[in-house]
Amino acid sequence: MRILSLAGRRLAASIPTLFLILIGVFLLLQFAPGDTVDAMMAQMGGGDAATARELRKFYGLDLSIPMQLGNYLWRLIRLDLGFSSIYGKPVATVILERLPPTILLMTASLSFAFFFGLLFGVIAARGVNKWPDTLISTLGLVFYATPSFWFGLMAIVVFSIYLQWLPAGGFEDIGAVQTGFGRTIDIALHLILPTLTLGLIFLAIYLRIMRASMLEVLNLDFVRTARAKGLDETRVVVRHVLRNALLPMVTLIGLQAGTMLGGSVVVESVFSLPGLGRLAYESVVQRDLNTLLGIVFVSALLVILVNFLVDLLYARLDPRIQAEA
Amino acid sequence: MTRLEMTRRTALLTSAAIAANVANPLRAFAQESPKKGGVFNVHYGAEQRQLNPSIQASTGVYIIGGKIQEALVDLDANGQPVGVLAESWESTPDGKTITFKLRKGVTWHDGKPFTSADVQFTAMNMWKKILNYGSTLQLFLTAVETPDAQTAIFKYERPMPLGLLLRALPDLGYISAKHLYEGSSDIRQNPTNLAPVGTGPFKFNKYERGQYIIADRNENYWRPNAPYLDRVVWKVVTDRAAAAAQMEAGDIQYSPFTGLTISDTARLSKDKRFIVSTKGNEGNARTNTIEFNFRRKELADIRVRRAIAHAINVPFFIENFLGDFAKLGTGPIPSVSTDFYPGPDTPQYPYDKKKAAALLDEAGFKAGSGGTRFSLRLLPAPWGEDISLWATFIQQSLGEVGIPVEIVRNDGGGFLKQVYDDHAFDLSTGWHQYRNDPAVSTTVWYRSGQPKGAPWTNQWDWKNDAIDKVIDDAATEIDPVKRKALYATFVKEANTELPVWMPIEQIFVTVITAKARNHSNTPRWGSSSWYDLWLSA
Repeated sequence: MRILSLAGRRLAASIPTLFLILIGVFLLLQFAPGDTVDAMMAQMGGGDAATARELRKFYGLDLSIPMQLGNYLWRLIRLDLGFSSIYGKPVATVILERLPPTILLMTASLSFAFFFGLLFGVIAARGVNKWPDTLISTLGLVFYATPSFWFGLMAIVVFSIYLQWLPAGGFEDIGAVQTGFGRTIDIALHLILPTLTLGLIFLAIYLRIMRASMLEVLNLDFVRTARAKGLDETRVVVRHVLRNALLPMVTLIGLQAGTMLGGSVVVESVFSLPGLGRLAYESVVQRDLNTLLGIVFVSALLVILVNFLVDLLYARLDPRIQAEA
Repeated sequence: MTRLEMTRRTALLTSAAIAANVANPLRAFAQESPKKGGVFNVHYGAEQRQLNPSIQASTGVYIIGGKIQEALVDLDANGQPVGVLAESWESTPDGKTITFKLRKGVTWHDGKPFTSADVQFTAMNMWKKILNYGSTLQLFLTAVETPDAQTAIFKYERPMPLGLLLRALPDLGYISAKHLYEGSSDIRQNPTNLAPVGTGPFKFNKYERGQYIIADRNENYWRPNAPYLDRVVWKVVTDRAAAAAQMEAGDIQYSPFTGLTISDTARLSKDKRFIVSTKGNEGNARTNTIEFNFRRKELADIRVRRAIAHAINVPFFIENFLGDFAKLGTGPIPSVSTDFYPGPDTPQYPYDKKKAAALLDEAGFKAGSGGTRFSLRLLPAPWGEDISLWATFIQQSLGEVGIPVEIVRNDGGGFLKQVYDDHAFDLSTGWHQYRNDPAVSTTVWYRSGQPKGAPWTNQWDWKNDAIDKVIDDAATEIDPVKRKALYATFVKEANTELPVWMPIEQIFVTVITAKARNHSNTPRWGSSSWYDLWLSA
């Protein structure tokens, strides 16, 4: 019950932010030259002026900008995200179709980055300034400095073209209609390369943070006490240091959930995944305002949700932090 | 593990087959007889809002809709009109009545018969009202009469040259099923547009937005023993480099209409597993342009426009940036259009920097401090890599004759709005698409009186009565010989006045698996129905 009321309060506090973001995006897109009809003409390779006029009326673009914005917000209050002009379907449906691949990819790469970042961070901290630390830190730097599209393409060249181990792109195999477990395996195989590509950059960040935070906690008084009690080193690290060193990592997850939603445009394009990032990109190019605002809305909700979960996790990791504080 | 073994095995078989073909390619071809079955995977770079070619004329729609729906006529291997849903046609001497005899025994994919009522409905409600370019072509179409189920009589208010209609119809003559659209409040929003029903060799199966589209073999197709393929799959791959990788991995067999990067195309052309060629795209010729805005007083001076043309070394650009798939253009009608090409003996502007400088001096734009005469804003269209390179080349070439150029880049919608509606450009550059007859989409670049905002039309604030008259005369001239002569005059005048310069000719490049047979055998093969396409083992 306490959690529910907390969640409610959080959401209420986020609503003004959410509206400001939506209005901002709406106005920003008005500055871009051209509207969705221009974009459609570009796609068609030409058309006459009468058609364009008729289409503008159809999409409600003949109204003034404040009227359009007012209409949009009024619909939003009634939880109606509107109609997508490129897809000819309600925006909510379009986004729901694209949400599963995005969330799968995001969860997979966040988990991958978190788990291995933690592992490598601990290893590096344990052997600080020795060869494991140097190796891990150097690799981390390489991962961080390499653009993800290049990683993706190289992964395809090596694992799909040369070794032929993994599919080169797509979300699932089109040829065979699969159900149940077979389909899960198939989707998992398709997601391995994108997950690695998206996860490696974040892995680098996590391992740096983990290493630094471990080093800091290792020097604190209570660690000395634990050692003085005669605990063995593994126990000290796992029971005493790790738990305290995890706090900054958890903070990062909350911050990066948002980045990952947006940052997957590149990875989704390279691996031809039908995710939210590509949808957002397409909506901008096609000037599909409703879809774009819908994506911003849903992403913002997701970020708020993740940050809420992170707060709850804080309280569990460190009882000194009260959930209500 | 199974996957690995399977692909390895397939790979071995493939290389064995290639080795056999390389050893004796001619014999390998001669002995083959068409094989049924197989899945053909196609690279689909940019998803459209719908798939019905009766209401949208663009290669992005034909590449899919053109396999499912059929047109009245198509072009044969020699680029001549050949009947598809129409068996024969004739025109009255005054050119105002054109009669099509339709094919018998053709059914829609849902089993209903195809009749002249479908032709009438499509022509009057889609071509005339919605279809881009169709609405211009059919402007003077007053009615389509259907005395019986196999006859459609097109009535025109003004003479319609039969040759023009037949050359336009392969692109602008796709038929939709009346029974699926009739009574629909808005044809554009009809769900059939995203799940098309046609008479073609492939039946629509599934469209997963952002992922793929599937069409299966039509068992009741009217051509005997066709099609050969079991299935065609279009895979949505927006990243060009990723598409090339998927081709190499064997997941995609065909990338149409210059879908890959210039460097990947060059690389795959050396790979024995692929054929890289412009063949089969002759009907989709395009020219690179420089469009001049006459609202700038400098550009309204013909000497300045000519000077700009003389200042740019086009052969150098083609040789070093575009390679084998482009050639020097000579005007608005490209040389592949043998029926209308007037030859290269029209005013041309070869590279001559001194002459350019002299012309600019003569026009009164002498080099001021720092060698600058005046500066210009150039808006390149975002359609292709070549346009971007060409824009940079223009910038550097004009810089050398004292005209600094600022390049302003936009995405598709922004480009069209700024150039054709806001007229906020000095120079712009993009593609002029030639559609087999100059009256379809070429003369609108020169004819005055185009409504503001109509993309790819004369928005330069330029008007020439002589050219307007030639364009109007040619559009209604029934005699093919006289029409050709009128278009020769048109090219000559256009190249003299130079409101738009079209110095480079390009044809789309196809990258296709070496296993494909009967491919690229017509001038618009990528858009055609692929009823005879098959894959060798």
